[in-house]
Amino acid sequence: MFNYTFQWNQALKALPQMLEGAVVTLQIALLSMAIGLACAIVLTLFRLSHNSVLRAFAVTWVEVARNTPALFQIYMAHFGLGSFGIHLSPYTALLAGIAFNNAGYLAENFRGALKAIPDTQTRSARSLGMTGLQAFRLVVVPQMVRIAFLPMTNQMVWAILMTSLGVTVGMNTDLAGITQDLNARSFRTFEFFAIAAVIFYLMTKAVTLAARAIAWRMFRY
Amino acid sequence: MFETALTFNDLLFLAKGAGMTLAVTGVSVAAGTVLGILFGVVRTQFGPIWSMPLTFFLDIFRSVPLLIQLVLFNSFQAIAKFGWGPFTTSCVVLSLYTAAYCTEIVRGGIESVPTITRRAGRSLGLSWAQDMRYIVAPLATRVSLPAWIGLTLGVMKDSALVLWLGLTELLKASQILVTRLQEPLFILMVCGAIYFLISFPIARLGGYLEKRWSPND
Repeated sequence: MFNYTFQWNQALKALPQMLEGAVVTLQIALLSMAIGLACAIVLTLFRLSHNSVLRAFAVTWVEVARNTPALFQIYMAHFGLGSFGIHLSPYTALLAGIAFNNAGYLAENFRGALKAIPDTQTRSARSLGMTGLQAFRLVVVPQMVRIAFLPMTNQMVWAILMTSLGVTVGMNTDLAGITQDLNARSFRTFEFFAIAAVIFYLMTKAVTLAARAIAWRMFRY
Repeated sequence: MFETALTFNDLLFLAKGAGMTLAVTGVSVAAGTVLGILFGVVRTQFGPIWSMPLTFFLDIFRSVPLLIQLVLFNSFQAIAKFGWGPFTTSCVVLSLYTAAYCTEIVRGGIESVPTITRRAGRSLGLSWAQDMRYIVAPLATRVSLPAWIGLTLGVMKDSALVLWLGLTELLKASQILVTRLQEPLFILMVCGAIYFLISFPIARLGGYLEKRWSPND
């Protein structure tokens, strides 16, 4: 059918190497998610604060993160920061770019989740004698986590997919980078990238299933 | 004072890149939406079990990074000797990618139409097609349009990845300028501003429609 000999053996031989790359990919995704989560919580607090400078900062971050491509954000971290004399390695630039992106999207999710919880609940908790902090911690946060959990898992999947962008700034230890390296050495593009695609598919499916299991365990009445 | 070697011609070059971004996005979103509506109707009509193969197929496009899809499909079209240029290849991949997300949106929209409303229409003598056209379509559009606008913007942003296949779109254009002028921060800022200017108003429109059209108010 095709005038082309598929060389799957050669690609399969490189599988252990690619799996190592997959571990790095997962590591970056998890780290970026943790950093993004921390930043998103701070951004959400900034947005709720009465200080207009903090609010403007948070809004700017969220809008820039949501309205420009992730690749652009990674470029900015890698090439743009160079103008300030900050030279990030591809790994750090990739991590910073994805974390920035994650923080923006997660902050928006948190805001939506907060808005979905009626104000009356806080007020009734307060009138039952809880302090403001107690009402927030015991009434608002549990419901917020429940609402924001699904978007958060989506963001985690996105983070995994976004790590593949690192190859454009010269990353060569994650799955996409290793695949591109192998490809540059042998020109077996289709075989290598097909295997990478399968690994990515399995990773995202594993994350989705794990999240579903956690949600089932955590959020049943 | 601030000085830059960026000339008007360079800005035109960037604008051309932005045009390429918009062209790729336009073609992909148009084709992807048509496919997405088709797949979405098929999925709701056939039920979850019979449409399993389609679901699985579309799920691949949402679980594999777009960059890998582009490279994979590009090498595949080279193997199969389709002889497509980077523009066609990019558009085909992005269309399928859009279709995969659009299917979910369309399915959500169709499923949001209450069954009794549709049954009422059918029992008044509407055919399936009429029911789809006059009852489901208007109600589902209301629910789906904000999400669809979000998807369009997502595809616009993801279309930056086609630079890997050698298309000179906005980000690639700015990269070329960076290489020539050695002013990465400023040029990337301009590039980001262009993306932002395209994306932000439409995102706001989506947010407005979501608020304006949300049910029960």
